[in-house]
This record gives sequence, C-alpha cells and structure tokens, in this order.
Amino acid sequence: MSKYVIIGNGVAAAGCIEGIRSADKESEITVISAEKHPVYSRPLISYYLEGKTTLEKMNYRSLDFYDKNNTELIYATAEKIDAKKGEVTFDGKKTTFDKLCLATGSSPFIPKMNGLENVKSKFTFMTMDDSLALEKALKKDSRVLIIGAGLIGLKCAEGILGRVGSVTVCDLADRVLSSILDSECADVMQKHLESKGIKFLLSDSAESFEKNKAKMKSGETVEFDILVLAVGVRANVQLAKDAGAEVNRGIIIGTKMQTTLENVYAAGDCTEGFDSSAGANRVLAILPNAYMQGYCAGVNMAGGESSITNAIPMNSIGFFGLHCTSAGSYFAKGEGEIYEEKICGGIKRLYIKDDRLTGYIIIGDVTGAGIYTRLIREKTDLSGVNVDELKKDATLAIFLPETRRKMLGGVV
Amino acid sequence: MKRVYVNEQWCLGCHLCEYNCAFANSGLTDMVKALKDKPIYPRVHIEQSGDITYAVSCRHCKDPLCVKSCIAGAINKQDGIVKIDKNKCVGCLTCVLVCPYGAVRPGPTGVAQKCELCLENSCGEPACVKGCPNNAIVYEER
Repeated sequence: MSKYVIIGNGVAAAGCIEGIRSADKESEITVISAEKHPVYSRPLISYYLEGKTTLEKMNYRSLDFYDKNNTELIYATAEKIDAKKGEVTFDGKKTTFDKLCLATGSSPFIPKMNGLENVKSKFTFMTMDDSLALEKALKKDSRVLIIGAGLIGLKCAEGILGRVGSVTVCDLADRVLSSILDSECADVMQKHLESKGIKFLLSDSAESFEKNKAKMKSGETVEFDILVLAVGVRANVQLAKDAGAEVNRGIIIGTKMQTTLENVYAAGDCTEGFDSSAGANRVLAILPNAYMQGYCAGVNMAGGESSITNAIPMNSIGFFGLHCTSAGSYFAKGEGEIYEEKICGGIKRLYIKDDRLTGYIIIGDVTGAGIYTRLIREKTDLSGVNVDELKKDATLAIFLPETRRKMLGGVV
Repeated sequence: MKRVYVNEQWCLGCHLCEYNCAFANSGLTDMVKALKDKPIYPRVHIEQSGDITYAVSCRHCKDPLCVKSCIAGAINKQDGIVKIDKNKCVGCLTCVLVCPYGAVRPGPTGVAQKCELCLENSCGEPACVKGCPNNAIVYEER
C-alpha cells in the first residue's frame, strides 16, 4: 500500500487520480484543493457567461468521482512540502505521502500598472469564482475594457459581449491571439471579432489608471465601468521551488512527469515539459496536455510505466461560430514553405520544412484538422507523399494503402 | 468487441453509407423527410483520391485522444464505445483538432458528433454496414 497526495484539483489532478487507479485500486489518495469546487472544466467559464453551459454541466467528472475513486478531497491551501520526510503542510495541518503530484496550475499575471489600485471594478478570468464575480458586475450598459487579446481575454470578450454595452480589448502585441496565430491568420480573426462589435487597441498598453479611465500609451483615453486583466498567466511554482525542485518558467519535469525531487511528480499548467515540435522545453498550458500529463504521472506514481515524448502545442478555439485550430511550431518566411489558402470565411496556413509539417493554422472549416495535427505529432515524413493533395484536404489519402488498411481495418 | 471495419478494395464510392447514417441518426422514420433538400451530417464519410475511395468513421481507439482532450469532460468510453455527451459538449472542436483519423466532426447544432455504432438509434446496428451494397464496410470482431 502506498499513500498518494495530489496538490491541486484541476484536470491534471483528475488525470492523475485516473492514472493511479489504472494501476492501484486500493491505496489512499488525498487531493488538496485551494479552490472550493470539485474538478470542473476551467475553459468553460466563458461559455458559462455566454449561456452555453451551466455550473452543473461544467463538472468535469460525475459528482461521485471522488467516492468512486476512493479519494479524499480536502479544501485547503498547501503551504509547504518536505520531500525528504514525505510531508505536506496545509492550513497548519500535516499529511504524509509516498508519492506526491503537483498539479498547482497557473495564476493570472498582473504587471505593475500605475493607478491600478484606484480601479474598483477589476477582475481576472481564470477560475469559476472569477467568472461568477465578473457576472455579478455585468450590466446591460457596462463598458468593459479587457487588457490582453490572448485566449483568455478574447474568450472573456466573447462570453460577455451580449450582456454588456461595449467591449474594448487592448494588447501590447500587434495582433490578436499572438501565442497561437501568425499575423495573416490573426488579421482574419480580428476582422471577424470586430464585425461582431469588439473594439481593439493593439500595439498599445495602459500607462495609468484612474477610477474609470485608462490612459493608453498611444495617448488615447478609454473610459470603462469594468476592467478585466488578462495579460497572461504564470505557472504556480513556488511550492515546488521552496521544496528544492528545479524550476524555470514551470516546474521542470522529465518524460515520466517526475520532478527533480524524489517521489515528487508534476503535471499540467504548472510544468515545463518537452515540446517535440519545437525541440525545446516549454510550458504547454493546454487542457489535453494537463490531462495526459496527470494520467502519466499517476501511472508512474502507482508503479506502472508511462511516458510522454510527443507533446506539442495545439489549440481549438472558436469565436461567434468561426472556428480556429492550430498546432505545432511556425517559422519565419524563407525558412521553409508556407502554404496559404483562403477558404470559405477564413484562411489556412501550413508550415512545411524538411519534408515535415511543423505547424498549421486553419480558420473556418476545420474538418479533418486532426490529420494535420497527427502529422506534426508523429513527425511524418512527407517525401513521396502527394503534398499538393495534402495541402488542399486533410484526409487519410496521403498514407500508403497498407498503412490505411491498418488504420481503418485494424484494431487501433 | 465488434467494430466497423473498412475493406477499401470493395468501396464503390457510392456514398450510400453517408445517407444511411444520416437517416439512422435523424430520429425520423421517413427517409425522404429526413434527407431531401437538407444538408446532411453523417458520422461516416467517404474520402476519395484518384480512383481510390474508402469510408472513414470513428475507430473507437484503445487509447482515445478525443476522450483525454475534451475540455468539457463530455467524451467518455463505455464498454469499448467512445461516446459524446451532447448536453455537455460546447462545440469547441478540440476533438476535431486531435482525432488522428478526422472522424469527429461538428453536427448540425455545432456540437461534435461521431459514429457510436447506431446502438442507441432506431437502426440498432451500424446503418452504414447494413446498407453497403458491396461489403466495403463490415461490422465484426477482429
């Protein structure tokens, strides 16, 4: 019998519980959760504000999930880890572990901005409680200023647009969704968002705030009733760092999700793992990654064998009915072939280099996109493949008949 | 368990599987009412490359990426069948992003859909297989 402790209660923790239980049905699992909710689907907080889901449907697992998995859920904040002794301190109490998983997630990053303390109605947008707090402040005529045109800022904008007077989004970057889109694709998405009524101030930042006013670097003044801070997120690494684990932008993990501390694993947005499309370590703060890392950590904690070596950045995100999928890494013009096609209502760009698809972005009809994602994840050699056909349509036609026979005629 | 398998060499590219699938999942009893003059959203689709055609539908993978990746926890695997909970799905299409076969697609309401083997609709067994005139799709143990 072992004793497992998981700090954090998001999707990585759920994956970890399921990973442990795939190999060990008996031993005790304790989850220490700072948020006072059972595991919920964090990316749905904007869908909730938009009325496309309910608090109940946001439960990531059924309500008997913890009981069924013989897991104790404690609502408390973990304060300290002693890896040598195998002890976690929370709310002044202590619990012991044989194996520990850190699934501490990330937190909104708020840069120092002059006068921010004068703004009464300000919110971040990471958690269910953030979303509920923001909802209370929304009024039909509210003017909302969102700092940050990334995934969080824009999903928030979409979620509240129909419930407020106006939404303005500013970002230091020269384009929207700069972490996942290149300039050409960002332009398409920005125009779409503008057509729905969102206003943008790009390559611009707030220099100072008064109670209801932001003075922008460009000289413009934006008046607002509600301020949403969605500049970015930072991995929650402090606990791990204080315990002596190696930490960079995230907690450093190996392919088995082990940290540099014995018996301590980490998974999800708090980690920095290997991005196989870029060949470098990165914080891959995406939900699929969180689940898979959590599961992998759990299997290893329970004495099984699991590793992840092919993680890549990938995103599927839609705004007002226009979908966008993207994956892998992009490169600058001239370093390889960039295929571009204007498709109905959108755009498709494929990045091809050394007979490999390294990255892609599709805005519009994303049917079959998973095949492109697969080619990146598996680093499929495209020499000898009808690349023209591949560029036009993502289908299984590019594979050899015998490969396809295994895919569609075999157990996979 | 029994799954849908494709015999590529027998496929005529007639697309009947798509129509039978769309009808079986329409909830209607009249095929004309279900399909005529309407965009159809089948859960099996024919791909064509030159003279080659073949049907593609969910493989009900042993280790399904869609289940692990769903941001709403709306996809799960029960008794070997990968299923989407339509009530929980918000239509983000992360499953489309990750499905290595291109077998998950958005349905008429924007919610994702895929082959669930017709076990819960009026057909009771895969309609694509039942209607295939040339045994190019079969439902069996392998």
